[in-house]
Amino acid sequence: MCLAIPAKIVELSAEDPTRALIEVVGVRRHVDMGLLQDDPPRSGDWVLVHVGFAMSKISEEQALDQLRMLSMMGEDEAALDEVKGYGSHDLTEGRLTPGELSDGT
Amino acid sequence: MKYVDEFREAGVISKAADEIRRLADSERHYRFMEVCGGHTHAIYRFGLKDLLPPNIELIHGPGCPVCVLPMGRIDDGLSIATDPDVVFTAFGDMMRVPGTKGSPLEHKARGMDVRIVYSPSDALKLAQKNPDKQVMFFAIGFETTAPSTALTLMRAKALDVQNFSVFCNHVTIIPAIRAILDSPGMRIDAFIGPGHVSTVIGCRPYEWIAKNEHKPIAVSGFEPVDILQSIVMLLRQLKAGETKVENQYTRVVPWEGNRAALKAMAEVFELRPYFEWRGMGFISQSALRIRAAYATWDAEQRFQVPGVRVTDPKAAQCGEVLKGALKPIQCKLFGKECTPEHPIGALMVSSEGSCAAYYNYEYRKTVLTSIGIPA
Repeated sequence: MCLAIPAKIVELSAEDPTRALIEVVGVRRHVDMGLLQDDPPRSGDWVLVHVGFAMSKISEEQALDQLRMLSMMGEDEAALDEVKGYGSHDLTEGRLTPGELSDGT
Repeated sequence: MKYVDEFREAGVISKAADEIRRLADSERHYRFMEVCGGHTHAIYRFGLKDLLPPNIELIHGPGCPVCVLPMGRIDDGLSIATDPDVVFTAFGDMMRVPGTKGSPLEHKARGMDVRIVYSPSDALKLAQKNPDKQVMFFAIGFETTAPSTALTLMRAKALDVQNFSVFCNHVTIIPAIRAILDSPGMRIDAFIGPGHVSTVIGCRPYEWIAKNEHKPIAVSGFEPVDILQSIVMLLRQLKAGETKVENQYTRVVPWEGNRAALKAMAEVFELRPYFEWRGMGFISQSALRIRAAYATWDAEQRFQVPGVRVTDPKAAQCGEVLKGALKPIQCKLFGKECTPEHPIGALMVSSEGSCAAYYNYEYRKTVLTSIGIPA
């Protein structure tokens, strides 16, 4: 529940400084940067993401360590599913289990 | 042990384990509580107990938000969603947690509009896209999660999204630690502090544990080597007769926490006078409610809430397990009436609960395989 997922910032939104496109193992999603407004990250920085919000900035080395740890704990797939789920109703594709997930309709 | 062998830094781990054995006084029995459910999960997952000398006992604390949520709150949230215009949204962790009339997922099977969201901001977006529906987000979590709910409520207010609301069950970790320290029969020597909660609250809120209660505390990361290093820190303090707050997880946890997150929480939430915790009873000032300025988005004010109270079954000894007075397997119901498939007590509900973690990683391996049932 309190685990956080390391993600790389691909692009910061020009019009909304609290919105960023991040990437986790090839999956891209938008997350909220509002909790890092005191020390805003830049494109290419790594952050820890929890429930769709970036919680803290971390180094690339720490991010890769964290990813490895999630995979050792067998939580990597769950983490990836979680990232895929962010803003899932923004998208036409996505990992939506019929009858269980939000489809935005 | 076999999990730890896979670890790239096996050398660092065995060094930390050697240091633990060197520091631990063989004449003494140590009881360390890891507060966070993420640590409990990691300790079982990596088999860290096998690396510790037998006189170091790890007690699994209250830091699993799904586990400590009273069943009555689930009933209350679901009762709001019996209105066909209401959409019940929650994190996936909540979906299989039983209320008295079944879990959110079972309610969905009976026709209720129940949806998983991965972020509170997605629940807000769902409301914006469905103006004819009332979208309610059933919020759970400690300080790790509460700032995200707070920012989402601030956005809802700024955008004036009237059909969005939050049923707030956010709890705070410090009063729970205090309740454990105040409980009779408690005997904990030191604490492994929660990692990601501390990215938000920082390390200062733990200072009273060191100063007034004279217990060492080390805020810890989640890798095996982090947890072992934290145990080394605690043993060093005990050996030197010191009690202080140490930060093992400096790469992620700033001493002062995340000010922007704390500011958002202060803007939106205030402390409830008291709140019920499953397995621990009522704890004063241990939970958050939505401030009057955000009442429009507070599901407890917008809707009729029955205020259901469900008493924990008497036979379940969750409180004793939480305080470290009993090990999970010593509870009368463990593995019999109470299993991860059919949880009766709070600690069996989520994989981060100590009973479920114990069941999945220890009990299945040792007990079930010994009687010929494959783990």
